[in-house]
Amino acid sequence: MQLDSKIPKGDLADKWTNYKSKVKLVSPANKRRIEVIVIGSGLAGASAAASMAEMGYKVKCFCFQDSPRRAHSIAAQGGINAAKNYQNDGDSVFRLFYDTIKGGDFRSREANVHRLAEVSASIIDQCVAQGVPFAREYGGLLANRSFGGVQVSRTFYASGQTGQQLLLGAYSALSRQIGKGQVEMFNRHEMLDVVMIDGKARGIISRELITGKIDRHFGHAVVLASGGYGNVFFLSTNAMGSNVTAAWKAHKRGALMANPCFTQIHPTCIPVAGEHQSKLTLMSESLRNDGRVWVPKKKEDCNKDPRQIKEEDRDYYLERIYPAFGNLVPRDVASRAAKYMVDEGRGVGKTGVAVYLDFSDAIKRLGKHVIEERYSNLFEMYQRITDENPYEQPMRIYPAVHYTMGGLWVDYELSTNIPGLYAIGEANFSDHGANRLGASALMQGLADGYFVLPYTIGNYLANEIRVDAIPTTHVAFDEAEKKVKDRIAKLLSIQGNQTVDHFHKKLGKIMWDKCGMSRHGDGLRQAQKEIAQLREEFWSDVYIPGTDAEFNPELEKAGRVADFLELGELMVLDALTREESCGGHFREEFRTAEGEADRRDDLFTFVSAWNHTGVGQEAELVKEELEFNNVELKVRSYK
Amino acid sequence: MSWISNVLGSSIGKKLLMALSGLFICFFLVIHLTGNLQLLAGDGGQAFNEYAKLMTSNPLIKFVSIGTYLVFLLHIIDGLMLVFANKKARPVKYAVGAKAGSSISSRNMGILGSIILVFLVIHLYNFWFVYKFGSMPTVDYGHGPVKDLYKVVAMAFANPAYVILYVLSMVAIAFHLIHGFASAFQTLGLNHAKYNGLIKIAGIAYSILIPLGFAIIPIYFYLVLA
Amino acid sequence: MKVKVKVWRQKNAKDKGGFKEYEVLTDPDSSFLEMMDVLNQDLLNKKEDPVAFDHDCREGICGACSMYINGQPHGPSKGTTTCQLHMRSFKNGDSITIEPWRASAFPVIKDLVVDRTAFDRIIQAGGYISVNTGNAVDANSIPIEKDKADEAFAAAACIGCGACVAACKNASAMLFVSAKVSHLALLPQGAPEADLRAAKMLNQMDEEGFGSCTNTQACEAMCPKEISIKHIARLNRQFFKSGFSGNQ
Ligand SMILES: Cc1cc2nc3c(=O)[nH]c(=O)nc-3n(C[C@H](O)[C@H](O)[C@H](O)COP(=O)(O)OP(=O)(O)OC[C@H]3O[C@@H](n4cnc5c(N)ncnc54)[C@H](O)[C@@H]3O)c2cc1C
Ligand code: HEM
Ligand code: FES
Repeated sequence: MQLDSKIPKGDLADKWTNYKSKVKLVSPANKRRIEVIVIGSGLAGASAAASMAEMGYKVKCFCFQDSPRRAHSIAAQGGINAAKNYQNDGDSVFRLFYDTIKGGDFRSREANVHRLAEVSASIIDQCVAQGVPFAREYGGLLANRSFGGVQVSRTFYASGQTGQQLLLGAYSALSRQIGKGQVEMFNRHEMLDVVMIDGKARGIISRELITGKIDRHFGHAVVLASGGYGNVFFLSTNAMGSNVTAAWKAHKRGALMANPCFTQIHPTCIPVAGEHQSKLTLMSESLRNDGRVWVPKKKEDCNKDPRQIKEEDRDYYLERIYPAFGNLVPRDVASRAAKYMVDEGRGVGKTGVAVYLDFSDAIKRLGKHVIEERYSNLFEMYQRITDENPYEQPMRIYPAVHYTMGGLWVDYELSTNIPGLYAIGEANFSDHGANRLGASALMQGLADGYFVLPYTIGNYLANEIRVDAIPTTHVAFDEAEKKVKDRIAKLLSIQGNQTVDHFHKKLGKIMWDKCGMSRHGDGLRQAQKEIAQLREEFWSDVYIPGTDAEFNPELEKAGRVADFLELGELMVLDALTREESCGGHFREEFRTAEGEADRRDDLFTFVSAWNHTGVGQEAELVKEELEFNNVELKVRSYK
Repeated sequence: MSWISNVLGSSIGKKLLMALSGLFICFFLVIHLTGNLQLLAGDGGQAFNEYAKLMTSNPLIKFVSIGTYLVFLLHIIDGLMLVFANKKARPVKYAVGAKAGSSISSRNMGILGSIILVFLVIHLYNFWFVYKFGSMPTVDYGHGPVKDLYKVVAMAFANPAYVILYVLSMVAIAFHLIHGFASAFQTLGLNHAKYNGLIKIAGIAYSILIPLGFAIIPIYFYLVLA
Repeated sequence: MKVKVKVWRQKNAKDKGGFKEYEVLTDPDSSFLEMMDVLNQDLLNKKEDPVAFDHDCREGICGACSMYINGQPHGPSKGTTTCQLHMRSFKNGDSITIEPWRASAFPVIKDLVVDRTAFDRIIQAGGYISVNTGNAVDANSIPIEKDKADEAFAAAACIGCGACVAACKNASAMLFVSAKVSHLALLPQGAPEADLRAAKMLNQMDEEGFGSCTNTQACEAMCPKEISIKHIARLNRQFFKSGFSGNQ
């Protein structure tokens, strides 16, 4: 199989402009006749659905939550990047492009990332026009903060609730179109298959979660904006419902999955407290601006009250190993370092799986009120969850799964390799390479939805104007619906002895231990076996109560976990075949003499796109070589 | 004129009427009390009786008092409509009722209002109805016979049951207003950090002083005159 | 620690429903929903139907979780959603009654899950600024007073959970509606439509069967985001203005 990334010709900086001026258009009269299905109402889905509806397309939008406003994007805290250069600190489109490419450890496509940087400024304009209440200075102009690993202040934010405010903006635009009848919204609906007719995506099969009814929907094109799959690890900072199902069904219909093993592990999360833990809570990265990370030098001290441990007995390991960046090293580096400390037996807290993030120096230096001003909402959240006061004793933190850079392979037009099937937002693999910079997921989701897809999809739909809506009585719909129904019936028929969560937790543990912060060929090979076995157990011993004709959350979960069990195997395969260390993917066998990541540009400067060949069978690897004409591939060094 | 029906037909519009009528009644109560306090003048009722005559014969005042009746009616009908509509908005009750977060008065405006309504009926029957349509004793202060409402009042307040009814009703009005007075300002959209305190204090002062003023009258008659 | 929970069980919208009591073994560091997870795993192990409840982010921001706990929406901790409530707020042996939000506009779907799409319809009626993608001017071309921007943000922090409706004795949605009206009216971008928006949203609220506001302030006290009732006053003003300026 050959992949065509459809990157336009010309200079990097002109590609998008040229593309837009040449892209095919659909006349208003024709738009009215064209139906587009959007799966997802997060930043990517809501913005795309609203924008396409404004343009005149008939849009159907789906989400599994009870309201589009509750999509997982709502939980993003820190902020959104844009190359506005409002601070006059030398920011530019090129700099944002370069930071993103470098942050991604040179495993993303230049043209896409440059376009992202280009449209970033318009996102902020659009959001402000919608009424997003970004933080402002006393002069009334927008405020910025700086964020992980860059030298400029380009992050726009709304307190610690940036994702919420951005999503509510997109949701209001979407709601306006729903009110006008331009978008038909399907809440509490789960997409369970893509319908393919003559090699093109032509619709979906969905389940009404309240009644269990299976529905057919036609669309001239289908857009997946279904988010990331971090929940394959069971514990993550993702919302409980985040899942891979939509993307996975597309994958099984022939869409390639790219770089699935690229997972971002965020260094500052509240550690696991007990066996009933259901999810992990992020503490914004900004805390590392003032907090110092340490563990005791001596193992014996680990159970002591941290305040009793003398200064000389503390190991500020980030400052020690990375004197240049200290506590501000990028996420992947900070996460791995914490893991090593814990592996050495110097972890702290009841479970021994945590490190300290200490604000006592900052409080001494700046005064408690300054720290309060900067972080009070985070400190309160920490105290609510742990019952410990971070003003008085150091926080305990530990890395947790946060974001998945991998996803459906898409070309420059955000189209998967299946004509008519698009993927946007976290669901695609496109812009972050092997590691995502802070505050750039929100940027990408909105760039895709507001400013990229609405144009690029026209290039496809312009050829579809002669296609009348295909009746959902078409055999392809029959076939897809039958498949969905059979699978549900099969799940319900097992009536085994283990709960869905039991399997999910087991899968999560395998993934975390063997395909998490650092990976080793041996562990990965073992994981392959374990996952295959777990999947078999699942299909013979899972217990799901109730029927398919009612509101049945266990059944929903079971379907998602079944997909995770297949995805997990692909992630492991991807990690195994990528014999280098880059970004969030760290192979223990591939490190430099100093123990740092050994990126092997000569061998692995490509995107691994995987073609599904059947459950339990090894997927086929299709490579998209990455070309870098505008940046030099450098080794990231933070020492 | 459709905007009138639109505004007034809406939930906020109905509330607007409640607030305006409620505040109007508050204003009326001040006038009413000023008049009634003449009962305590110690002149055997002359000032009060002449005042009562004036209030029922002057055409302008007559006109105003009809307006007052209408405002009362509006407040009552609108209030009861709101109470029933609000009941319908929660057809299934909670097993554990809510107590935290709101004052008792605010949760029971309908009940307090209904108590006041019962009182109003009795009150109007006792004095207003008798004055207008009943057989009244008269007295002459030198310019012809005047209906002696003072005597009717004195007789009524010799009865401890009436005194208790009046005093308790005044308590109900006090509680109705402890919430209602400030609430009306909020309904009218007047909520400002700078003035909220003032409105609240004025509301509490009003809600205590006015009903107290009314309550003193029956007590005084019962204890001092009887 | 061990707690007794008395949970509203109702198979579907048509079922009459009733309370059921369970004992759950949990620990003080668990969140309330994790306690419910344990209960559900117990039920599943006994092959009984688990308790359905809405939840997603478990971080207090998506507004999905919605339990009426011992007479209070989201339970006893101030400014806290159900998912952020922790079992340390209870004592060993406590009895906890858990009910769904109760309002005719929020019909029960199953157990503790209610249908809150009425909120979406209120937003669809006018809870937006009419600007198409691509129409925007430069974000810094309209400076906004910081105080106003901050107040708009405080209103915009609403998570749409419906606790205000659940808390209000009249099941009124005024706090929810006013938070959106206020957020948009405070910003210059939202000002041109402010009157019309208030009118449209309010009419939709009435149509959905929510009660009216008696200013009891229970909503403000129970709101997990502590949104102030001063926004209700602003909504009232805006609404009267819309009426008297003949905008309806
Ligand atoms: C705690 C946290 C904090 C973060 N903070 C930041 C930050 O500060 N800055 C930043 O840039 N990024 C941040 N991120 C990352 C960012 O929030 C996400 O990557 C981004 O919001 C994803 O948006 P999305 O639109 O692609 O998907 P989502 O918001 O996840 O939306 C997915 C949508 O798809 C729907 N869906 C999924 N599957 C189906 C199906 N089968 N059928 C029907 N509907 C379906 C869902 O209902 C939902 O509407 C953070 C992430 C987390 C977890
Ligand atoms: C002494 C006479 C009365 C006075 C001074 C008075 C005053 C008020 C005031 C100021 C309010 C507040 C309005 C607001 O919240 O905006 C109010 C509310 C109310 N009143 Fe009265 N009232 C009186 C008698 C009555 C009577 C007789 C009833 C009969 C049922 C009644 C029923 C109500 C109700 C139900 C409310 C609450 C309405 C709501 O907020 O939805 N009141 N009253
Ligand atoms: S689950 Fe999202 S707010 Fe509680």
